[in-house]
Order: sequence, then structure tokens, then C-alpha cells
Amino acid sequence: MTSRRSMLFVPGNNPAMVQTARLFGADVIILDLEDAVAPSEKDAARELVASALMAIDYGPAEKCVRLNGLDACCSEDLVDIVPSHPDLVMLPKVNRAEDIISLAGELDRHERPGQKRIGILAIIESPQGLAEVHEIANSHFRLMGLLLGAEDYTAMVGSTRTKEGAEIAVPRALVVNAAAAGDIESFDAVFTDANDEEGLLADTRLAKNMGFTGKAAVNPRQIKTINDTFNPSPAEIEQARRIVKALAQAEKEGSGVASVGGKMVDAPVAKRALNLMNLARKLGLAS
Amino acid sequence: MINYLGRDVPDYVEGYGKVKHYLGAFKTVPEGTAYGPPIKAASPRRSKFYPNLTDLFKGLGLKSGMTFSFHHHLRNGDQVVNMVLDTAAKLGLNDLAVSLTAAFPTHAPMIGHIKSGVVTSLRTSGVYGPLAAAISGGVLPKPVIFHSHGGRPRSLKSGELKVDVAIIAAPTADDRGNLSGAVGKSACGSLGYAFGDADHATHVVAVTDNLVDYPLLPASIGQNKVDHVVLVESLGDPQGIVSGTTKVTKDPVGLVIADLAAKAIKASGLLKNGFSFQTGAGGASLAAAHYVGQMMREAKVKGSFALGGITGYMVDMLEEGLFGNLYDVQSFDLESVRSMSRNPNHVEVSADLYANPFNSGCLVNDLDAVILGATEIDIDFNVNAITGSDGVLMGAAGGHPDTAAGAKMTVIVATLLRSRLPIVVDRVITATTPGETVDVLVTEYGLAVNPSRPDLKDRFVKAGLTVKDIHELKRLAEDLAGVPEKLTFDGPIVALVEYRDGTIIDTVRAAGQ
Amino acid sequence: MKSVKRVAQAGTLESSDIMIIVEPGTNGLRVDLESIVEKQYGQAIRKTITDTLKTLGITDLNVKAIDKGALDYAIRARLVTALSRADIVQRREDQP
Repeated sequence: MTSRRSMLFVPGNNPAMVQTARLFGADVIILDLEDAVAPSEKDAARELVASALMAIDYGPAEKCVRLNGLDACCSEDLVDIVPSHPDLVMLPKVNRAEDIISLAGELDRHERPGQKRIGILAIIESPQGLAEVHEIANSHFRLMGLLLGAEDYTAMVGSTRTKEGAEIAVPRALVVNAAAAGDIESFDAVFTDANDEEGLLADTRLAKNMGFTGKAAVNPRQIKTINDTFNPSPAEIEQARRIVKALAQAEKEGSGVASVGGKMVDAPVAKRALNLMNLARKLGLAS
Repeated sequence: MINYLGRDVPDYVEGYGKVKHYLGAFKTVPEGTAYGPPIKAASPRRSKFYPNLTDLFKGLGLKSGMTFSFHHHLRNGDQVVNMVLDTAAKLGLNDLAVSLTAAFPTHAPMIGHIKSGVVTSLRTSGVYGPLAAAISGGVLPKPVIFHSHGGRPRSLKSGELKVDVAIIAAPTADDRGNLSGAVGKSACGSLGYAFGDADHATHVVAVTDNLVDYPLLPASIGQNKVDHVVLVESLGDPQGIVSGTTKVTKDPVGLVIADLAAKAIKASGLLKNGFSFQTGAGGASLAAAHYVGQMMREAKVKGSFALGGITGYMVDMLEEGLFGNLYDVQSFDLESVRSMSRNPNHVEVSADLYANPFNSGCLVNDLDAVILGATEIDIDFNVNAITGSDGVLMGAAGGHPDTAAGAKMTVIVATLLRSRLPIVVDRVITATTPGETVDVLVTEYGLAVNPSRPDLKDRFVKAGLTVKDIHELKRLAEDLAGVPEKLTFDGPIVALVEYRDGTIIDTVRAAGQ
Repeated sequence: MKSVKRVAQAGTLESSDIMIIVEPGTNGLRVDLESIVEKQYGQAIRKTITDTLKTLGITDLNVKAIDKGALDYAIRARLVTALSRADIVQRREDQP
């Protein structure tokens, strides 16, 4: 669990949106060079995003650039983007582990000595990508997380995209599981109806309950709901606090086995509690 | 001389006369007795009716040099001002003084009448559109006087503004002079800005495009105050008079500001039973009302009243029971027009009751919180609401100085940068609302509290809000945009800004092309 | 000395953007600017444009710019895109 609760997509060729993106509280700002940019404007968007990354203070948010696919102008994007020090790059249409390895190789070539290593987020949005999601999740140490791309995925398998999302129940579960197995993060697909606040809340709660660590958004108005939902609840914090306390007690007594409320704390529970407390502290929800 | 706010205002201004200087928001008090219009009589069988404006002008013997007053309830749909001035021009009148409570792009033809000498002076609360640019360029021989909505009824009462002919655009009237804005093809709801004119003018003239059988009931302005009734084909364009439904903004930056403004109001401790509130009809202000409404719902707060220009959004809040009453000096949309005529808790009020500082108690004094806009705000919290960052006239004082003076908490909402221009400056180009009446600035990059309100700052901090220094917001803006070139204005004075108490708070000098 | 080979443009007329058109010139750097913030930032915008050109070693160029309140980073980006579209600025990977 990290503090990447929300990620906001921002059209990369729109100065007004590029320069105000920090205002909405998103944990990750994704300056988009792919779907939000017309083919004829890829060069302009690349230059604008590169310039913004160097000039704009995005505060505590992580800076991410969504590249064009490996089959498109991804390599040209990297030439401009890597020297501008993004924290992350996001690769769309990831179909196999080799895609990530290949991108990581390009990053190796473009990064200058001393530059902070750029992390990778992968969008799983094709039947093939989903079929190989475990291999992808374990492909490279640069890979920080997986994002489910539900719109492209459902279009490709021929299922009907619904508000309730029954058609993506399995893809969601697969992405969550692969990410957990690879010890990386998982991000739920965007909820496309920006005017349906209740629908967004239900969709976000579902994502959290399924185990996603965060969720993407296309509209700034959605960020608050996503952050609020992914924030650890007071009950979760209290429970984690008890577990952490028990662990410390057990260590002091040299027993090696901690228990809370008569139940033994096993390793995954302990790890989850520690992560949750770290997140709560980072968000100022616990001291 | 340099006045109380540090603004350079001459003691004497050509075309205006001796200046009464601003001394502080509550320092100037009235003297003497109220000015009264001539006592009138109407004989039983004499008709008040005129079939057209030309007959009216001839019948009343209207002359050059007179003062004509108009209200702006028809906003950008109004054609009455244009019709009346066209008639005056046609009949050879000149050197007219116009008092129009606010001027819109639809009033651009006045520029022609100014150039030809038909109109030589103007009093208003704000000017939008081509007329604003023309005035900034110095088209008028005498400086325009900008007043607040409360300042105008004060000047009518004091006699500083003596109206010879009050033209009241009346969406519905009968031939004895009962008037209403609630119905008719040009319905505009409240006629609140015209009430004072009906009380104080020598000739009170209703102009209507919907003449109904006597008696028109209920009437906003009664036959005991209206001397003449003129029928015209149309008062103007209904599209420009009322907008459709006024909507909460979807602009995400506006919503960030609105959310923070609402949080500030909650943190202030004012949001409890009996809460009273005013907000503008602009997108961000309305969005703030939306968030305030949500908080009232959650905390089960029942408000007392909402005030000012009323929108459908406020009507919804009334009907939901979030507020007990609406005081309506101006109805912005069809929903508020309809509500005022059918809901007894939605009440039409005069500008005098709304905001006049010199009566026995105006409504703004009972406001808990008001949310207002600004074109600029300076590090002393003085607000400019009438000129842009380039010094050109573009806005309105309106109820800004009145509500700021009256409310327990005055919140200015503004984007930190407007077209690259920092909203926070060292010195506003034009001071319309003094900083001593402004408490909080809310921008998308955070909020600042006037140092005169340490109590508010404490409450905000306790509620977990990050309070910034206003200098910090200014620096932030300049880090983003660069330091703007300092503009100086040393051209002739084109307008005087009259504070609500009748003193002159600032001048506006020529700017633009 | 580098020179522009053809006319090219970049940017839009949207708020906070700037449209920049570059065309071959022989008479030094000429900037024709139209800006909604001319009074406060006109000189700063011209300087951003000429400084960027000088840094790139461009000495003769006509620039026409229509500014809608763009910040410096956007002005630089649009200018570089226009130059690149005019085949003057080499791609970053070819730069020393």
C-alpha cells in the first residue's frame, strides 16, 4: 500500500489544464500524450509536457507521462520526456512482459547518470495483456503498478460496458491478483460519467473492496471521492494500530508471535497493518 | 490629497465639484433631513396614459439639462434606455444626466448620444461592454459616478441625486400606474432598484409593453407613486432579461475555490441555525452556495435568510427549507421570477432596505456571510470590482461595498491568475471596497485571512485549513506568471468611485485606446 | 548560422495558450506580438521569445505570435515546436 490513491489524466497539449493539474489533490498527475492528443499534435504535446515538467511545481503529486504505445511514437516521446525528469511513465496497450522490458531498456539508454530512476506503470487493456498479466506484473523492477483499461478491453472482447461493471469483474480480479503476486500496485479503470457522483462512489468502493490500491480519473471533480474512499478509515487505522503495537510488544518479549484479540497475527496481516499505518501517517490521518 | 486608504483623490474635480473624502468605512455619518420631491396631486378623471414616448416628452415639457433615471432589472435585454434617449435626441434635447443603476452591452447606443451631446453625465453601479471601454477612453465630458446599490438610495434620500424623470420599465402595468415585474413577456421579477426612484423623482413614468385591466394586483409599485404610464411595443429581448436556469459551474478550478470558500464559512462558526447568506450569480459563487447547502443539510442547520440577486439555485434552497426566506432585490432567472410571485417567503425588497447605510437598518447589516468576486485585491485586502488589471472599466461595484461592510464575514473568491494576470497585487488600480470590510480571500491555491481578523484565522487553523499570508499568495502568483509591468495612469479622471456613505473613495483615470 | 526554411506554426488560440508562426527572415529577429496581457507582459513575452531563439543560435527570423495569456513554459514549448516544424531545430537526441 502506498499513497497513490488517485491518478488524474490531463490532456498533454492543453496548457490551461497542464498548469492547473496540481490543484485537485491527485496523488499522481498523468500528462497524457496518447489518447488525448491528436496525431498531428503529438510533437507539440511532447514539447509542452517536457517544458511543463521542468517549469511547473506539481507539489507533492508524482509526475507521470502517458506515452504513446510501443507500436506508435513511444520512442520519440521518450527522447523529449526522459530529460524532463518525470517520476513515472505510463505505457498503454501492454500485451506481454517483453513490452515492459523493452521500455525499461529505452529508459536505461535515455536516463542520464545521477537521474532519479523513472518508474513504469502499465495499462492492461487487451485480452492478450490480461492473459499474460502475471508475467507482465513480474517483468521488471521498474514496474510500479498496473492500470486496468476497461474501455479498450471491453471493446476488444466484445462485452458491453455497464455502470455496474459485471463485465469487468474478472479482469479487475486478475489485475489485482497479478499486482499482489508481483508486489506492485493496482489501479482501477476510470469511471467515465463525470456527472454521476453516486455511481463514482459505488464504483470506487467496489474497487477498494476488491483490493485495488488506487483508481484513475479523467475529470478533476472525481479526485476527492477517490481519495476519500481510499483513505484508511478510522476503524482500519485503529485495528492496524493494535496490530503494530502487538508486534512491537512481541518483539520486546522475544516471543516472535503477536496476537490481537486472541488471534495470532500472521505475516501478511502484519505487513498490511504496517503499510496502512505508514499511509495513514503520510496522509496526516494518524500520528 | 491622499485619502484614508492611501488613494490620491483631488479636493476638486472638474465636472463634479468639491470632493468629500473617504474617511473609513463607518466614519462618515449623515446630517440634516431627507430631501423630498415636490408634493403631487392627481385629479380624479385625468388620464396618466400616453400612447408613446414622444407624446410623453411633449406632454410633460421635458427639457435639456434634466436628470433621467433608469433601473437595470432588464439587464442585457433592456431597450427602454435606448428608446428614451433616442426620443430625447429626436426632440432636440441635450445635456441630459443619466442615472442608470447598471449599464450593459445593450446600452452601447448611449455612446452615440454622448458623442452628440445628448447625454453629458452618468451615475451607475457598473458598466459592461462597449460603453465601459468608451468611458474609459474619456468619451464623457463629466466624470462618471460609480455608486453602490446601497449608495444610490442614500443619494436619492440626501438629495445629492435629484431625479427629474424616473423611467421605470414595468413588465406589467395598468393605466393608473400600478406596476409589477412578476408577469408579462418581459417579466423580470423584482423591481427593487426602482423603488427609490418612485419615491423621489419629480415625474415618475412607467414604460410598459403589457398594459392590463385596472386594477393590477398585487402591484410592486402602486398608483400613488406613478405619475404617467407609456405603452411601447416591447421593453426588450426576454432572452437578455432573464437567463434560463442558472447552473453551478463545472469548471474544476472554480469548484476548488467554491469548496474552500464553503469550508471557510463552516470553520468560521457562523453556520448554525439562523444563518444568513448572500452570494453572487457567478459560477464559482453559486458553486460555493451549493457546498454551503450540503453542509447545512449534513449539520441540519436551518438558515434564516438569503439575500441579494436571487437565482433558481437559491429558490431550491428556500423550497428545501435550508433558508426561511429570500430577500430579492433582483431576480436573475425565470425560476426566481416565478418563485417570488407564488411563494410568500420570497420577498421583493428595495435597494434602500437591501443596502442603504443611512436608514434605520438595512438587510446587509444582518448578513452572516457573503461571497463576492474581485478583479483585483491588494495586500491590504482592498478590492477592485470595477476596472480590469489594465485599468479599463469592466465591472460593477453593485452590492459589493454594502454587503462587505454589513456581513460578519466577507469572503472574496477569485482565481489567483486571470489570463496570466495575478489577482493579488500591491495596490489595486481602483479601490471599490475597502480592505477593512474584507475578511478572507479564497483562491485555488489557498486562502488568506485579513490580519484584522485573528479570531477567524484561529478558527480556520483549528478546523484544519491551511491559512496563507496574502503576500505568500501574491508571490505564488508571480512565481507562476512573472511580475507584471507596473501600469501608471496619469490621464484625465473619467470616473469617481463613491463609497456607500457618499464620500469619494477613489478615482478612475483614462485607460485603453 | 541557422535559418528557417519554411513557414510553420504551433499552438492554439485557447485560453492560456499562444499561437506562434515562424517564417524565414533576413533582417534579424522580428517579433510581431498580439497579446491580451500586452500591457503587463508584452515585453516579457518578447524577451522570452528572443532569448529562446538566441539560445538556439537563430539570428534571422520573423515570428508572429497571438497570445492568450500563456505562461513562459508554454511560450517556449510552442516556439520550439514551430521551429521544429520549420526544420530549424534539430531533435533533442541530435543536439550536443
